[in-house]
Amino acid sequence: MGRMEYFLEIFFGGLTRGSIYALIALGYTMVYGIIQLINFAHGEIYMIGAFTALIVAGVLGSLGMPGYAILLLTLPIAVIYASAYGFTVEKIAYKPLRSAPRLSPLISAIGMSIFLQNYILLAQTADFLPFPNLLPYFDLPDFVGGILTSSEVTIVITAALVMAGLTSFIKFTRMGKAMRATAQNQRMAMLVGVNVDQVISLTFIIGSALAAIGGVLIASHIGQINFYIGFIAGIKAFTAAVLGGIGSVPGAMLGGLVLGWTESFATGYVSSDYEDVFAFALLVLILIFRPAGILGKADSQKV
Amino acid sequence: MAEAGPVLDVRNLTMDFGGLRAIDSVSLDIMPGEIVALIGPNGAGKTTFFNCVTGLYTPTSGEILLSARGQRKRLNGLKPNHITALGMARTFQNIRLFPHMTVLENVMIGRHCRTRSSIFGAIFRPPATRQEEAESIEISYGLLKEVGLTALVDETANNLPYGAQRRLEIARAMATEPALLLLDEPAAGMNPSETRELQALILRLREKHDLSILLIEHDMKLVMSLSDRVCVLEYGTQIAQSTPEEVSRDPRVIKAYLGEEADA
Repeated sequence: MGRMEYFLEIFFGGLTRGSIYALIALGYTMVYGIIQLINFAHGEIYMIGAFTALIVAGVLGSLGMPGYAILLLTLPIAVIYASAYGFTVEKIAYKPLRSAPRLSPLISAIGMSIFLQNYILLAQTADFLPFPNLLPYFDLPDFVGGILTSSEVTIVITAALVMAGLTSFIKFTRMGKAMRATAQNQRMAMLVGVNVDQVISLTFIIGSALAAIGGVLIASHIGQINFYIGFIAGIKAFTAAVLGGIGSVPGAMLGGLVLGWTESFATGYVSSDYEDVFAFALLVLILIFRPAGILGKADSQKV
Repeated sequence: MAEAGPVLDVRNLTMDFGGLRAIDSVSLDIMPGEIVALIGPNGAGKTTFFNCVTGLYTPTSGEILLSARGQRKRLNGLKPNHITALGMARTFQNIRLFPHMTVLENVMIGRHCRTRSSIFGAIFRPPATRQEEAESIEISYGLLKEVGLTALVDETANNLPYGAQRRLEIARAMATEPALLLLDEPAAGMNPSETRELQALILRLREKHDLSILLIEHDMKLVMSLSDRVCVLEYGTQIAQSTPEEVSRDPRVIKAYLGEEADA
């Protein structure tokens, strides 16, 4: 294999990984933008999305359904289930603490994360479970065949479509405008008649849905899951959100991609042992020169 | 005017902050179409009164009743967005726009409580949603025309000059279709010609939208020429409530202001 092919293979590997980070990072950044909370339980929502998909796909598979039908049914069910978890977590663990000091909901978030991990550990198993490849397989033209796989193409395209949809939702729709208004000044949004509780719930629902989509895609791609995957992915996606500028939606997308590529190139050209070292060294470097992240706004503090 | 009773009926409103009584048993009613000014030295409790009425604070005691949009409701303890939906809107002493949204978007946010479309509507965009959005844009444009900002619709709010930001805040408040508009020092920082324009705008809005207005203002010339009635607060208590002429002759009011002449 030539050097160029090797480079491109790593490039697309990083793009795939980065797209997933971006999908999960969006949940962190949107919630932070609206209520200034780091939702540590977000990684667990992603994990629950993947587990739901595993169960649903298992049932449907045993009924002898064709692959694409399994994916088309599994994905929405995982999304709905994970969104219901995200919605409930906010109502139970964060809403009662909304006027409490900022540390309280943060601790509550960590507690929720540990609770959900252990709940899945007890309800399911501690072992890694094989995850069926739900992503469609198709033949790629010869000149790209050695560089990327059909699952990678599916993941990147799906993530891009979802992010484009989210961007236009936030930009153009009535609820999208209400979300932006709430992020800029929650009190004022209330005073012009925005139901802020509803906006916050919607933010959690959308963030959870994106995480579930990411969960199903990556679990299919990697082929195994366990109760702990949410923690690792959550830390990485949180890093991506901070890298891009927490609170910024395009920042989360960019941060995800930058992180994905950094890890991929570090693995490909140095050693897979150094994957995380490079990722976090990059984070430190960026935060030294741009403390608010790549696209973050430094003046976001309200008086 | 169909409703004979007051639009806003505040009875014995009291607000304590710990041991401090910021508002002490203030009563005030506003009739349909009336412009009432709330004046008083700094720290008299005017903005606190606004914050109680708009739901930012829950008053310690007293009644706040709003008759608008065909219903009469007690506002105590309701959330600000609920009160806005019932027909009350306000502007702030220090302007609070959504700085990173465009002028049109700022006004459209005001339409939020008068429109319905859900997340499903946003994704599938049935004709009803599209029609509602078109209507919302049309109404918002209309309001921007009334306040004279049509040339700036796509500008980001924080790029507007000061006077335009004030007018945008009024347009956003009007987008919620209020029966009662609360203006907190609308003329603050304006030069005399801008103040005259503001006065004309307020009168036009009242005429066109069957609006009642309660305003806090330090510009006495504006207060005297604009208001039908003036309520004077000092240290949280009401010391006078009458026509502008009578209030300006009231010895207690004169005394309250003489002590604060530098501010008034």
